[in-house]
Amino acid sequence: MPVVSVPTILPALPEILTVCSAMALLMLGVFRGEGSTRLVSWLAVLALVLVLAVALARGGDRQIGLNGMFITDGFALFMKVLVLIGSAVSIVMAMAYNERERIARFEFPVLVLLATTGMLMMISANDLISLYIGLELQSLALYVVAAFKRDSAQSTEAGLKYFVLGALSSGMLLYGCSLVYGFAGTTNFAGLAAMFAEGNASIGLIIGIVFVSVGLAFKVSAVPFHMWTPDVYEGAPTPVTAFFSVAPKIAAMALFIRFLVEPFGALTAEWRQIIWFISVASMLLGAFAAINQRNIKRLMAYSSIGHVGYALIGLAAGTETGIQGVLIYMAIYLFMNLGTFTVILCMRRDGRMVEAIDDLSGLAKTQPALALALGIFMFSMAGIPPLAGFFSKVWVFLAAIHAGLYVLAVIGVVTSVVGAFYYIRIVKLMYFDEAKGVFDRPIGAEMQAILVVSSVVIMLFFVIPGPLLTSAELAAAALFPG
Amino acid sequence: MELLREYLPILIFLGIAVGLAVVIVVASLVVARQNPDSEKLSAYECGFEPFQDARKKFDVRFYLVAILFIIFDLEVAFLFPWAVSLGRLGLLGFWSMIVFLGVLTVGFIYEWRKGALEWE
Repeated sequence: MPVVSVPTILPALPEILTVCSAMALLMLGVFRGEGSTRLVSWLAVLALVLVLAVALARGGDRQIGLNGMFITDGFALFMKVLVLIGSAVSIVMAMAYNERERIARFEFPVLVLLATTGMLMMISANDLISLYIGLELQSLALYVVAAFKRDSAQSTEAGLKYFVLGALSSGMLLYGCSLVYGFAGTTNFAGLAAMFAEGNASIGLIIGIVFVSVGLAFKVSAVPFHMWTPDVYEGAPTPVTAFFSVAPKIAAMALFIRFLVEPFGALTAEWRQIIWFISVASMLLGAFAAINQRNIKRLMAYSSIGHVGYALIGLAAGTETGIQGVLIYMAIYLFMNLGTFTVILCMRRDGRMVEAIDDLSGLAKTQPALALALGIFMFSMAGIPPLAGFFSKVWVFLAAIHAGLYVLAVIGVVTSVVGAFYYIRIVKLMYFDEAKGVFDRPIGAEMQAILVVSSVVIMLFFVIPGPLLTSAELAAAALFPG
Repeated sequence: MELLREYLPILIFLGIAVGLAVVIVVASLVVARQNPDSEKLSAYECGFEPFQDARKKFDVRFYLVAILFIIFDLEVAFLFPWAVSLGRLGLLGFWSMIVFLGVLTVGFIYEWRKGALEWE
């Protein structure tokens, strides 16, 4: 009997733990019935915290597992921490909302856990095949949670739209993968990197890279592949929108970075033009299309498109400082977005969700604490110093200038000024307009905790920037060995 | 180009497939006598008179059953080659399949408890 060697599975320990806890919780939920939703949710949060601890304990050393399919390094660790925080907070945010909307089912935290498994796999992918498996595992779970409020036409429309366009983008990604494989003869990132170290790429391979980039641009919702974002964000239940706007985006951004920098780092000059274009287009659309929005969730969709554009500036630079900029940007974006969506979840009047921006009028008089928190997030998103959002923008702009991309940096600054208009308009509505009514109270202890933590992080980042900056630096350095 | 030459048989195969399909369709148009009437043009239903339009709504439960069927159909499709070559796969192959079956069993228990297997 020939000996088939057992692959090293230890680097995939966080993923294995996540998927095992998802299955265990599914069994727990189905045997305890619908009454167990709260229990399953909290256990899912506990599982994510546990996975976070395991990932941190394993550290950021470069390890290859599963016959070269899987990699963990400092970069993966940094992104995994962000994704796990995003997923755990989303589950916490969803609990009270789902109960009030009568969609409290134990499948929700289980699906979030499965999606998280997919995201962790995307971040650790070291091969085109593991890239695709991770992406699909994540996407399939996300299609279901988008349509989770299945009695609402809007939510099912969001789910269907996301599914159809997601399937289209997966198709393009696969087509690109097959071209890359056809012209290179390997799917492994290390093999591809070795093959193209001299930068000798054929035109077919470049087309393959373009197609994979299109698929990934869909997932991070960069212009011109953003069409699904506003509809899906508006239609999906609000905690799901919050989840969509952070965790999958961070995971897809991690995949985007690793795919372009690790196997095709020598071809930076070729792919930079693509990233340059989608970055500029996203920033412009994010700034201008958001101005006319009346629905806060739609506004946040356009805002997230714009933020992806800013983050992609760092990737367009393609340097170590550029990647560090993207990492800092995504980390701060995570806190800003989670905070903002917590406020949106508190927008309830007489037991019903309200989503119009005008409903925030005069919030400073009726609920000053909530208005202050949203004000902080809005100023931070607009990039007003000394809030964290300012520093994240500075970092990517600096990286662009160091890489000689002056036009990109200038467009970035100009669009962030335009974008500041609609962020600050919300602050004006809250502080200077007449109140339209009071939001329901109390908002819940867990929501208060999320608000306090995220606004403190945003406000005090400039006092203690050290931990984030150094960990992002270490993470970026992991992609540029030697 | 060296690489593309390896795919030449596939190209030839594709050409033959397309060519053959065109020949068959065109030949039946040209050679056979065309004399349509309503009986010939109606859908063939095992020799019966056609009952009703094929494009009618049907119960969504059929869809559920179809999805559940496909999962276990695939499971069997994996099990056959695995069972034949188990001797060469060794312990790793054995346990990989056991893990796969375990995951499927979790899904099966879920759908059973949820009542997806009951018609009413």
